[in-house]
Amino acid sequence: MALPPLDSPQWQSPWRAFTWGLRSITQTILTLVLFATYLGIGALAHDTHFSLLWALCSTLFVWAGPAQIILITTLGSGATIIQSAIAVTVSAIRLFPMVVSVLPLMRTPTTRRRELFFAAHLTAVTLWVECHRFLPQVPRERRIAFVNGLGFGLVSVCLTANTVGYFLAANLTQTLGAAILMLTPLSFLFSTARNSREAADVVALALGVLLYPIAAKMNSGLDILVSGLVAGTIAYGVHWWREVRA
Amino acid sequence: MSYAQLIGDWQALVVLFVAGVVPNQIWRMLGLWFGGGIDEGSELLVWVRAVATAILAGVIAQIVVQPPGALASVPDALRYGAVAAGLIVFLSTRRSIFAGVVSGELFMLAGKWWLG
Repeated sequence: MALPPLDSPQWQSPWRAFTWGLRSITQTILTLVLFATYLGIGALAHDTHFSLLWALCSTLFVWAGPAQIILITTLGSGATIIQSAIAVTVSAIRLFPMVVSVLPLMRTPTTRRRELFFAAHLTAVTLWVECHRFLPQVPRERRIAFVNGLGFGLVSVCLTANTVGYFLAANLTQTLGAAILMLTPLSFLFSTARNSREAADVVALALGVLLYPIAAKMNSGLDILVSGLVAGTIAYGVHWWREVRA
Repeated sequence: MSYAQLIGDWQALVVLFVAGVVPNQIWRMLGLWFGGGIDEGSELLVWVRAVATAILAGVIAQIVVQPPGALASVPDALRYGAVAAGLIVFLSTRRSIFAGVVSGELFMLAGKWWLG
């Protein structure tokens, strides 16, 4: 499927643009990765005793895979609401520069802020990547409709995956249930590694994995925050040593 | 599966909003309101991104080291082996997420089958 040329009458209606956005989810391997990830999140929610409605609401209203697994894992292992909220909010700070960099791609001089609300809500790493790929092929005045369609499609795929994962975890044999739960760490590890552009990102990822078991031994209840702050700060130190000092 | 299991209680949904939705969404809304004038490459954001990545890495480790539910039935060595096998394939296929995930899964399933 190729998008119509920029001057095509296909783009005259915002609804057509929305539909083109919706159909574009079939044009990216990331849709498949998202499906696998959210299959895992559904299974994880089941095995940590959250309801299906809870899992679906978390996908709909949080719409950020890392924040969702941080929330499920920390709450599921007995962290307090405050501890979970801190871990979630730190993981979500990266959404700020993403929103800041993606909205100008679809803004026109007459765009009102509220028209961008859904685009801002839908912004997460997948949409951010796809916007940079697709939007140059979409007329500027139809980009918001296109992004809303693309995001609507991705959210629908993930809600379906959550539901399937939840029921699979409830009904499958233990081995297959374990396989679905294993999708979450594997897909997050590799998608984060793939998005790592700088040395600091790689160090943060590797050290974060290695330091967690040590932090967990201290049993402070803040394990994730402690290992994250230490590993992240060391990674920043590496960045500083290589880039700023040089 | 029971009704209660599918819907859950309202307290859990309140916790979802207080601990999950609000702390997450606040950053998107700040981005929407104060869009211009932020330098994406600023040093503070580099540090923030590193800490966020390391927190996510910690959660990945937590699921593998202290596995929830059915995953706890898989021996430690198999879970660690699955991550290692996936990583090797991921790195040797020019960072294919798909190949890495599939190989990790196959390693774990094959090991489970082998052990009986």
